[in-house]
Amino acid sequence: MKKIKLLFVLAFGAILMSSCGYNNMVQKQENIAQQWAQVENQYQRRADLVPNLVNTVKGAADFEKSTLEGVIEARSKATSIQISADDLSPENIAKFQAAQDQLSGALSRLLVSVERYPELKANQNFLELQAQLEGTENRISVERKRFNESVGDYNTYIKQFPRVIYAGWFDFEKKGYFEAVKGAEQAPAVNF
Amino acid sequence: MKTLYKSLFLTLLTVFSLGLFAELDEKGIPMKPQPARLVNIIQPEANPFSPGQIEQMEADLSAFAQSTSTQITLVIVNDLQGYDKASYATEIGHSWGVGQKGFDNGLVVLLKPKETATDNRGDVFIAVGYGLEGVIPDAISKRIVEVEMIPQFKKGDYYTGIQNSLTVLKGLALKEFTAQQYVQKTKKARKGRFGLLPFIILIGAFFFLLNRRRSNYYSPGHNLPFWAAMLAASSMSRGSGSSFSDFSSGGGGFGGFGGGGFGGGGAGGSW
Repeated sequence: MKKIKLLFVLAFGAILMSSCGYNNMVQKQENIAQQWAQVENQYQRRADLVPNLVNTVKGAADFEKSTLEGVIEARSKATSIQISADDLSPENIAKFQAAQDQLSGALSRLLVSVERYPELKANQNFLELQAQLEGTENRISVERKRFNESVGDYNTYIKQFPRVIYAGWFDFEKKGYFEAVKGAEQAPAVNF
Repeated sequence: MKTLYKSLFLTLLTVFSLGLFAELDEKGIPMKPQPARLVNIIQPEANPFSPGQIEQMEADLSAFAQSTSTQITLVIVNDLQGYDKASYATEIGHSWGVGQKGFDNGLVVLLKPKETATDNRGDVFIAVGYGLEGVIPDAISKRIVEVEMIPQFKKGDYYTGIQNSLTVLKGLALKEFTAQQYVQKTKKARKGRFGLLPFIILIGAFFFLLNRRRSNYYSPGHNLPFWAAMLAASSMSRGSGSSFSDFSSGGGGFGGFGGGGFGGGGAGGSW
């Protein structure tokens, strides 16, 4: 009799797990991990472009040193922060984003100062790198947006009743988002 | 949160006031066309083409999609609904599923003609599907935009600009020539050495052919005589006898978008 009871409890427990969304939570978490890999990929791609860009700029013009050094430093900072997919807490994402945004800032400062070097603006190599960099920034924003979407899906799911009660028992914690960069709502003014 | 409501309200307002409600989804992205078309004019007032030109482009792109499975769609708008051109074009491609699933061989050419644009700015963007990013790198998309499109668009000749760029894009997608060869070609043309140009093309063609002979690029017919290869190719292309009539069919003839994905590849420009 006792055995049958135990069996019954176990079977009931298994049904409860799958019907109350345990499997869905696993799946959604897996989605986030995949999407995170894409985000990291694109950031890595940008980091890989930087040495090339710096060398081209250095080779083509007598460029101001401080801007270049800023880029190199920001790159090494950005590549030093790696976050594993199991560890995507809001704080970690914020840290990762801060480092990457610093590189974005340094790169855009570089591109602005290039405006003062006409020989560089006509350099084929540089133009190509610039197009690649723009493309990479576009890819980053696409993957970040998709990452945010999958995080949003997951966060809503684990916060809904009844999962809100037991999601924490199985370590399904809230994940972090990428925030919009401050000031990104207004398009920058470019004067020609 | 407040800004979100505000922007939502503003988009809704513009959408209603322009009467475009049926054409855009709640995020401002144009709905997937029903029946499927490759030339999509989202706002009729933005259209710079004549009906004949549209039909011609639709037939060309449709034939290209049927014979190669690579789908190129042209989207004409007068407003980017608050997006930047890269994300707007990418979103369109991804949500429509331009290209084939698994191959991701789709291209979206997004055009916002300056004359009819709500912000008086001309914008164009070539969004490249994941699967074509290798043969059409961003730097090449950029070059196509700057060499083939914008000079024509500035003159108001949208048809020539689009046709020329489509020719290059098709060639690259088919690997008829490589991105490097395209760069070489446009470099020479840009310098204005027109006297030498035919010569260069001849030499280029010579090396190109030589190259093709050496590598086994098209292995089944590479050392057959030209006419034999043609015969073989035409008999390979379709089993049934009714092949040619399908080619000239108009809108929707390409069988619908296949679910290809986009990740932000490509480049654009403004004028």
